[in-house]
Amino acid sequence: MTQPTSQSSAQSVQELVDAAAGELAGINDTDSLEAWRVAYLGRRGRLTLFLRGLAQLDLEERRVAGALGNQAKGRLEELLDERSKSISEAQLTRSASEDRLDVTLPGRPLVTGRLHPTTQIMREICSAFIAMGFSVVEGPEVETDHYNFEMLNIPLGHPARDMWNTLWVDQQDEAGNYPMLLRTHTSPMQARVMESTQPPVRVVVPGKCYRYEATDATHEWHFYQVEGLAVDVGITFADLKGTLFEFARRLFGNERKVRFRCDYFPFVEPGVDMSIDCFACNGEGGGCRICRDSGWIEIMGAGMVHPRVLAGVGYDPEKYTGFAFGLGPERIAMLKYGIEDIRLFYSNDLRFLSQF
Amino acid sequence: MKVPLSWLREYVNVDLPAAELAHRLTMAGVEVGEVIEMGGWKECFVGQVLTKEPHPQADRLSLCRVSTGSEEMEVVCGAPNVAAGQKICFAKVGAVLYNSHSGKQEALKPAKIRGVVSQGMICSALELGLSEDHEGIVVLPDDAPTGMSLDSYLGDTVLDLELTPNRLDCLSVLGVAHEVGALTGQPVREPDISYPEDGPAISSQVSISVADPDLCRRYTASLITGVKIGPSPRWLQERLTKAGYRPISNVVDVTNYVMLEYDQPLHSFDYDRLKDHTVIVRRAQAGETLVTLDGVERKLTPDVLVIADAHDPIGIGGVIGGANSEIGPDTVSVLLESATFNEHNNRETAQGMNLRTEATLRFEKGLRPELAPIALRRATQLIQQVAGGQIAEGIIDVFSGEAASPQTVGLSTERLKKLLGMDIDLETVERVLQSLGFHCQRSGPGQVEVTVPYWRNDINIEEDLVEEVVRIIGYDSVPTTMLSTPIPSQQTTPMTSIVGTVKDALVAAGMQEVISYPLVSGADLHRVGLFDEAEPPLRMANPMSAGQEYLRPTLRASLLATLAANEGHSEGPFRLFEVGRVFNPNGGELPEERDMAAGVLSGRRWDPSWLVDDSTLDFYDAKGPIELVMDDLGITCVFEPVDDPFFHPGRCARIFAGKEYLGIVGEVHPSILDRFDLKAQPVALLELDLPAVLQSQKGISRQFKSLSRYPAATRDMALVVPAGVPAAQVQEIVSSHRLVERVELFDVYSGENIASDSKSLTFHVFFQSHQRTLTAEEVNRALQGLLRTLEQQVGATLRA
Repeated sequence: MTQPTSQSSAQSVQELVDAAAGELAGINDTDSLEAWRVAYLGRRGRLTLFLRGLAQLDLEERRVAGALGNQAKGRLEELLDERSKSISEAQLTRSASEDRLDVTLPGRPLVTGRLHPTTQIMREICSAFIAMGFSVVEGPEVETDHYNFEMLNIPLGHPARDMWNTLWVDQQDEAGNYPMLLRTHTSPMQARVMESTQPPVRVVVPGKCYRYEATDATHEWHFYQVEGLAVDVGITFADLKGTLFEFARRLFGNERKVRFRCDYFPFVEPGVDMSIDCFACNGEGGGCRICRDSGWIEIMGAGMVHPRVLAGVGYDPEKYTGFAFGLGPERIAMLKYGIEDIRLFYSNDLRFLSQF
Repeated sequence: MKVPLSWLREYVNVDLPAAELAHRLTMAGVEVGEVIEMGGWKECFVGQVLTKEPHPQADRLSLCRVSTGSEEMEVVCGAPNVAAGQKICFAKVGAVLYNSHSGKQEALKPAKIRGVVSQGMICSALELGLSEDHEGIVVLPDDAPTGMSLDSYLGDTVLDLELTPNRLDCLSVLGVAHEVGALTGQPVREPDISYPEDGPAISSQVSISVADPDLCRRYTASLITGVKIGPSPRWLQERLTKAGYRPISNVVDVTNYVMLEYDQPLHSFDYDRLKDHTVIVRRAQAGETLVTLDGVERKLTPDVLVIADAHDPIGIGGVIGGANSEIGPDTVSVLLESATFNEHNNRETAQGMNLRTEATLRFEKGLRPELAPIALRRATQLIQQVAGGQIAEGIIDVFSGEAASPQTVGLSTERLKKLLGMDIDLETVERVLQSLGFHCQRSGPGQVEVTVPYWRNDINIEEDLVEEVVRIIGYDSVPTTMLSTPIPSQQTTPMTSIVGTVKDALVAAGMQEVISYPLVSGADLHRVGLFDEAEPPLRMANPMSAGQEYLRPTLRASLLATLAANEGHSEGPFRLFEVGRVFNPNGGELPEERDMAAGVLSGRRWDPSWLVDDSTLDFYDAKGPIELVMDDLGITCVFEPVDDPFFHPGRCARIFAGKEYLGIVGEVHPSILDRFDLKAQPVALLELDLPAVLQSQKGISRQFKSLSRYPAATRDMALVVPAGVPAAQVQEIVSSHRLVERVELFDVYSGENIASDSKSLTFHVFFQSHQRTLTAEEVNRALQGLLRTLEQQVGATLRA
C-alpha cells in the first residue's frame, strides 16, 4: 500500500465525497439512509478509516489532509441531515394521504359519572352560605312532634299545622297520638342546634323533607330543604336582608334584584318571603313562563326567630335575636335549568339525570 | 276569600287600580292570588221586556219583544220566570256567552228557533258567568237603566285572597278594608248597626244558659218575630254571588253576609221549633244523635259541644246546625246566635267529623269575644231590613269569661331598632298602628301601650307589633346590611363531609348518582329478602300508597327497582349509586338513621363504540369504585370472600378495615334479579356502611412519603399457585419485602400449560432503596428470597 500524500489525499477525499453524495441521491427511506451513514461515517466507515489512516503521514501533510478530511466529514454530515429531513417530510406527506385519520369518528369512550341535580344545587346553595360563615349540620329525617312542631311555636291543635300535611310513623303513645313523624321541614334542627350550643349560631341544614300530599308538576311528597339559622347579640332584620340578598347574587348573578314581602311562618316574627326579579324576562313579563308575568319569583321564606322559639331552647329573647330561612333546592334547580315537572327529580330516569 | 271591590268600597275609598291595590296587599302579607275581572260582556245590555207572547210552535217557549232603548228586538226565551215589564240582561248577536250544552264560551249567532228568528238572548246567571244558577233568567231591579252596557251596570273586580292562617281578620271584607285603609291612607267607615227594638224584652221570651263555659266563652242571641222568609234583595244576592256564595233565603243569606262582612259566623234557629224556648250550650251526652243540615245523622260524644233546646241537641256549636231547628219557608220567628266557641274543641270536632265549614275555618283560629255582640246586632238589623218583623228588646249575652278587657301590648322604639336594625320614630309608629285600627297610649319615653282592635286575634307580643309597623311602611324601607357579628367556630357534621367525599369518588369512578324515595313497599323488601319479620321496618300510619309504606332498612330494593325501570329504555351501561339513610327500628324511640352508600352496575361495560369491546359489567367493575373510595379516604381495606344469600354463590366479598366491617360487594343472586324482572345479568352491587367508614377514617391523615433518589429495578415474576390461594395473599407477601417498592399484578391465567388445580399470577415487581442504587446481584438475591417465601407460604412456583 502506497503512503498517501497530501495531493493524493485531497483527490481521494474528493472522490469519496462524490461517491457518497451520488449514493445518497438515490436513497429514499430511513433504513437505507442508516446503512449509508454506517458505510461512510460509522466506526468502520470509509471516511472514518480514511481519517484514521492520516496518522501515518508526516506532520505538515497530516495537517493539510486532516483539514480536508474534517471538511469532508462536515459535508457528509450536512448531506445526511438534509437527506434525513427530506425523507421524513416525504414520509409525512405520504402518511397524510395514505394513513389519514377519520377525525370525525367518535373518540375513545370514557366512563363519566354525575351527581344528582339536587346534590349539585344543594352544594351550590350551601357553599354560598359557607362563604358567609355558616356551618353545615344535618339532622334526623324521622322526627318527633316535639321538634317538628311544638318547639317551633306550633302546638298541638294549632290551625297553622294545616300548612304541613304530615306522614306519621305508625306508633301511638298512651294518649293515642303519634309522637313520631317524617319531618315536614328541616326547621326542627333550629331547636336541636340551639339546644346543643350557645350563641353565636350560624348554620345551614340541608336535608330531606316529607309531606302527605298528592304529587303534581310542582308538588312532591319527598323533597329537600335547606334551612338556615343565625342567632347572636345584635342580629337584625337588616342583616337578614343583606345575607339573603348576597345569597341570591351568588346563585343567580350580581345583577339580580330582590324583593321582600310580609309572610307568615309560626316560628318567625316578623315573617318574610324573598323573591328575585325574573332572570328569564328580566322582570318584563310578556308571556313569561317562569314568573307568569309577575316579574318576580319567590325563592324562600324567612324571618326573625320568634321569641318563643328562643325561649323554648333556653336562650334569652331579650338578649339574643336572630333570623331563620328556608328554601327548596328543587325549585331553584327547576328555575335554573328550566325543568317543568318536579316529579322528574326522584323518578331516577337516566335520560333526565344524565343531562346535568 | 273573595272580596268584590264594589263591596269593599262601602267601607273604604279605593282610588288605586286593582292591580296596584293587589300588589300593595300582597307585599303587606295579604296575598292576592288573582284579580278576577267580572264582566267583559261585549254586546250585552240592560234590556226591558216589553211584551211576552206564547211561542206559536212550542208550549215551553215564549216570544218576547225586548227594548235596549235605541232598538227593539224579537227574541225567543225558554225561562219560566220571564215576564213583561222586567229589566233583564240582554245579549245581542255577537255576544260571547257560556253555553251550558257545550260547556264552552261561544259567540251568539242569529238563530231560528221553531220557525221564529231570535235576534238575541235573555241571559241566565250561568251564561254570564255570574254563578252556577241556570234555573231562570237574571231579573234586574226596576231602576236598572235600559240600554246601559252590562259591564257598566254589573261588572266588578274581585280580589281572590290566599291567606296565611294567622290573618283570620282578612276572612272578612271589613278586615280587608282596614288593611286597605292603612295601606292607602284612607279612613274606614264601619256600618251603623243600630236598629229599633220595639218588641217585648228577649229575656221574657227565651231562656239561654251555657253549661260548659270552657267551650263557649260568650254566647249572644237576639230574637226577631214576624219575619217573612223569601228571597233576598238583589244587592244582597249579588254580593254573596260575587263572593262565591249561593243565595238561599233572606235570613240565611244575612247570616252568611255578616260572616263575610265581620268574620263572625252566625246561626239562625226557628224560634218556634225550640222546645220550651230554651237554649242550653253543653257537651253532648253519650248516645245522643243529631241530623245536621247536610242530612247526615251524626253520633255525638261528650267531646262535642252542642246547642240544645230543653230536650235535644239542635246544633253542633260553631260547626253545623241541626235539621230540627232549621229556618224554613214557614218560619216566622228567628232566634239569632252569635257566639265565641273554644278554638281547639271546635277544630277537633270538625276534624273528627271530617266537616270543615266556613264557620269552623274561623272559629278554629280563635275569634275575639268582643266581636260576637257587634256581629249579632248587625245581622239583627239586616234581617229586619230584608225579612221584616219586630226585634225583641235587648240581647242575651252570656259572657262566662273575665269581663271583656281589651288586649294591650307594649312596644318600644328600642325593640324596633333591635329587631329591624333601623330607627323608626314614635310618631310614625303611632300613625301606622292607628291606621290599622290600633289605639296607642304613650307609656314612657319611646314607648307606647297599644290596644288591639277587636278584629285582630294575631297580635299578642311586641314582635307582632314590630311586624305590623314594618309591613305597612314596607320591607323595602329596612336597610340591607351584612352580618357583622363574629363568625362562630365551624361545627359541620363529620358525616356530611364523608358523604361528600364518597359521592365525589363514586362519580369519579364513572357512576351516576340517583336519589330515591325512602318509603318502599313491603313487597320490594321481601323481594330482596330483607323484611325482618321479627323486627319489622317502621311503617307509616297514613301511607299514601302500598308502594310507600315502610321506611327502608336497605338501599338495595330501591336501586334494583331503579335499574329495572331504566332497563326499559336503555341497554346500559348502568353504573348507579345512591347515598341515603336507612332506618332501623329502635323500640319506641326515634329510629337509628344510618347513612349508606350503595351502587349497582350492569349491562354492557361501554357505550357501543368502534374502539371498545362489547364486554359486560361484573364484580370487578363494582370493586374498583370501592377501591377508589377507600384510596380517597386513606383507608386500607381487605376483601374477604363470603357466601351471602343475596349474592351469587362464590361472587361476593365483605369489606373490612381491620376488624371494622365496612360493607359488601358482589354479583346479585340470579333469583333476586328475576324477582325484579331484571333482564341483564350479572348485576354487581356494592354497599358501604358510612358510619363504619367514618370510624375507620378517624385518625387517618395523609403523610408525604419521600421519593427515592435512586433508580428502581424491575423484574417480572410469573408464578403458579394453587387455584384456591387468593391473589391478595400472594401480593401481600411480595409487597411486604423490604426492598419492594411497588407490585403490579398484570396477568391472571389458567388453562393450557397450567395444571387444572392451579393458576398463574404474573407481577411486575419494582425494587428500590432509599439509600443506594441496588446492584443486579442484590435484586436477584431479593427475588430468590421472595420465591422461597412464596413457595413455603402459598406453594408458589416459578412458571416454566
